[in-house]
Amino acid sequence: MNSAALIIAEVVPLVTPETTFDVPANVVFAVQAVVMIFAALRVVTTKNVVHAALWLVVVLGGVGLNYILLQAEFVAVTQFLVYLGAVIVLFLFGVMLTRAPLGVSDDLDNNQKKIGIGVGVALLAVLSYALIESFGRSELTFAAYEGVAGPNTNGRTQAVSDAIFGQYLIPFEMLSLLLLAALIGAIVLARRD
Amino acid sequence: MTQAVLYPILGLELAYWQETTIRVLLGLVALLLLTGGAVYLYLFKFVSFMQSRLGPMEAGPYGSMQLLAEVGKWLQKEDIFTEDSDKFIFGIAPAVVLASTFLMFVVIPAGPNAVVADLGTGIYFVLAMSSLSVIGILMAGWASANKYALMGALRAGGQLIAYELPLILAVVGVVISAGSLNLQDIVAAQSDGAIFGWTGIGNPYILTQIVGFTIFLIAVQAELTQTPFDMPIAESELVAGYQVEYTGIRFLVYFIAEFATAVAFAAVASTLFLGGWQLPGAWGISDGAMNAIGPIMISTKAVLLVGVVFWVRFSLPRFREDQLQKLAWKVLIPLALANIVVTGVMKVVF
Repeated sequence: MNSAALIIAEVVPLVTPETTFDVPANVVFAVQAVVMIFAALRVVTTKNVVHAALWLVVVLGGVGLNYILLQAEFVAVTQFLVYLGAVIVLFLFGVMLTRAPLGVSDDLDNNQKKIGIGVGVALLAVLSYALIESFGRSELTFAAYEGVAGPNTNGRTQAVSDAIFGQYLIPFEMLSLLLLAALIGAIVLARRD
Repeated sequence: MTQAVLYPILGLELAYWQETTIRVLLGLVALLLLTGGAVYLYLFKFVSFMQSRLGPMEAGPYGSMQLLAEVGKWLQKEDIFTEDSDKFIFGIAPAVVLASTFLMFVVIPAGPNAVVADLGTGIYFVLAMSSLSVIGILMAGWASANKYALMGALRAGGQLIAYELPLILAVVGVVISAGSLNLQDIVAAQSDGAIFGWTGIGNPYILTQIVGFTIFLIAVQAELTQTPFDMPIAESELVAGYQVEYTGIRFLVYFIAEFATAVAFAAVASTLFLGGWQLPGAWGISDGAMNAIGPIMISTKAVLLVGVVFWVRFSLPRFREDQLQKLAWKVLIPLALANIVVTGVMKVVF
């Protein structure tokens, strides 16, 4: 479970309140889930490497929308800033800097395709099992933060920062150390002297 | 958001969707009016006077309708796609850039209640949305099937990523001082603040965060790809960079996005550093009056800051590509980090 998922679990407590069935949120989730699945399939089936990266924009943007539906506004904005604003841009940048032909390329598949499909299906099965086992029929509460939030949504952002710099301080610092190590490693690999 | 914008004035009780529609429409009108005004004031007149000429004089009094004439001209032009271009990506790329610009305006407050959405993540949301425009620029450069366009897009990608860091780090000082990401809270912290106990003008963060303000404005200049940081569209090197294949309405969209983003960043800078829409709290002006005065305050400050951007644009020559990267990574980012450390220490000490 990564840190974002931990924060979500912290911010949106899975309790069983009386009125939780939020029709608009469920409709948006259904549409967005279908779009995300379609886009995810296109990422691996499209015959153009830049198109694959752009379909990934739809998938990662959908994840951000998912966080908004869970009322995790700060995590959603982080998703947009980090994944769309930086990771995807670096993907596109790297692809365009090296080789990014327009039109169809036939050499995008390799012989690990079948293993990839197998791993993907296995991962789907394990994750589905784990989620259904642990959450079952519990429902999300969409009204949980109305009292805290007031006219704006400051309360939710504060809840995230309290979680990061309180309960999850050590994992947070470990992650920053990990990123620092990756940064230094990249510099070491890139330097020739 | 139970109290509507119009409720205090007209006594109307509006449904959530009606109120949201009104907020979005008013936001769009404000955005287009300010953008058009800034273009006329600075791009048409200010620069003309700097170069000892009159600028447009024919359309309307003092050429004030020139922009409408220009828009009419662009709308009539043929929508050209090059033979090898990726038509769909080429077509939607300007829309991605424009959407990123429009989303920035959502959280910028212009009064106690005059804001499209008062999000808790406020300034963080603005910075995240502004970073999305790079995707549109890279899409445009690649889909144009043109080497100059691709070069321009790659330059834009490297430049916008490099200057996003000082931009975000410069804002952190203000966030530490105000103790909130919410733009309304940042405005309130400035108007209710005090300079050594004197509350006469509040405490606009330009006084304590002058380093952050300077870094922010330099980074904004680069994010807008205005001279001296206009390498992505450098006409003497790359013809027009990623915009080279665009004509007609799609070029117009880039033009609007460029200047609307300038207005948005200027409005953000006025909110963060110049006190935003609020007058000092000690003056005791009621919220009702501020709903009318606020939009005028923030517009004036934003348009003046856009003037600074254009003043620099028309005064300085273009940097080299390596100087641009060196300035961001070796000067602005260390300086912004030092500013954060000093601000954090001061916050704890005082």
